[in-house]
Amino acid sequence: MRSITRAAEQAVRKSVTVAAPIALAFEVFTGRIETWWPMASHHIGQADCAAVVIEPRAGGRWYERGVNGIECVWGQVLVWEAPRRVVLVWQLSAQWQFDPLLHTEVDVRFTAIDDRTTRVDLEHRGLEAYGADAMAMRDAFASPNGWNGMLDHYAQVAGSARG
Amino acid sequence: MTPHQTTLQARRFAALGDPTRLQVFTLIARAPLSVAEVADRLPVSRPAVSQHLKVLAEAGLVLRDSIGTRNLYRPDPDGMATMRDFIDSLWDVGLARFKAQAEALARTGTAASTKEKP
Repeated sequence: MRSITRAAEQAVRKSVTVAAPIALAFEVFTGRIETWWPMASHHIGQADCAAVVIEPRAGGRWYERGVNGIECVWGQVLVWEAPRRVVLVWQLSAQWQFDPLLHTEVDVRFTAIDDRTTRVDLEHRGLEAYGADAMAMRDAFASPNGWNGMLDHYAQVAGSARG
Repeated sequence: MTPHQTTLQARRFAALGDPTRLQVFTLIARAPLSVAEVADRLPVSRPAVSQHLKVLAEAGLVLRDSIGTRNLYRPDPDGMATMRDFIDSLWDVGLARFKAQAEALARTGTAASTKEKP
């Protein structure tokens, strides 16, 4: 069990073993995000989300497209090594808004255990940025969408976890 | 999250769930303040402000600095862990759904329902 979080260990690490070939696992993760991301509750546009897109190259964008066609950027692609690794820059603030000054990274590695099984190791790091950027956090605290908004998000996540 | 972490998190959120307490927290997040200074800025008595700050401190959201005879309250940086825990739980849900989706495709060549449960 993880002890109470300290600033020194502000990375989220997750591993999951998937009964799918590595190419398919990578394709579903990067190319069909809208089929698995908890989207109803976790997108940033005003309109309902039609798709989440990762442009398949380093330097590409990572964005959501609303049903109204408007695109909202989540971040960018830092590393693209299909089908073994992708590193995304996640620039969503505590207010669930794109913040160009915020830099956290989602590093996802895919390892073939056999022809039909893949291990996926995910690390979301740099989360201390949420604490280091005092100005941004101060705004987040002060905003009606800040902590209150997170409360709503949390309730929704908890709800979909049970579902 | 483990039950222990969930309890901590729930306590943080519960502490901010009270509108007055959220106002108190918002004020000291802008600048460290004493009990009297918070009471001057809100339609709340000093004893009530003290009580709200006590709850925020117990939830790990607020720290007290004693400077001479003054006690100043400020946000606890470890409270930032709330955001981390939130993202942690987000990936729990996301990866579980990803696994189900990839395995459905591997099994049948057909995508599972992409509709979220209400």
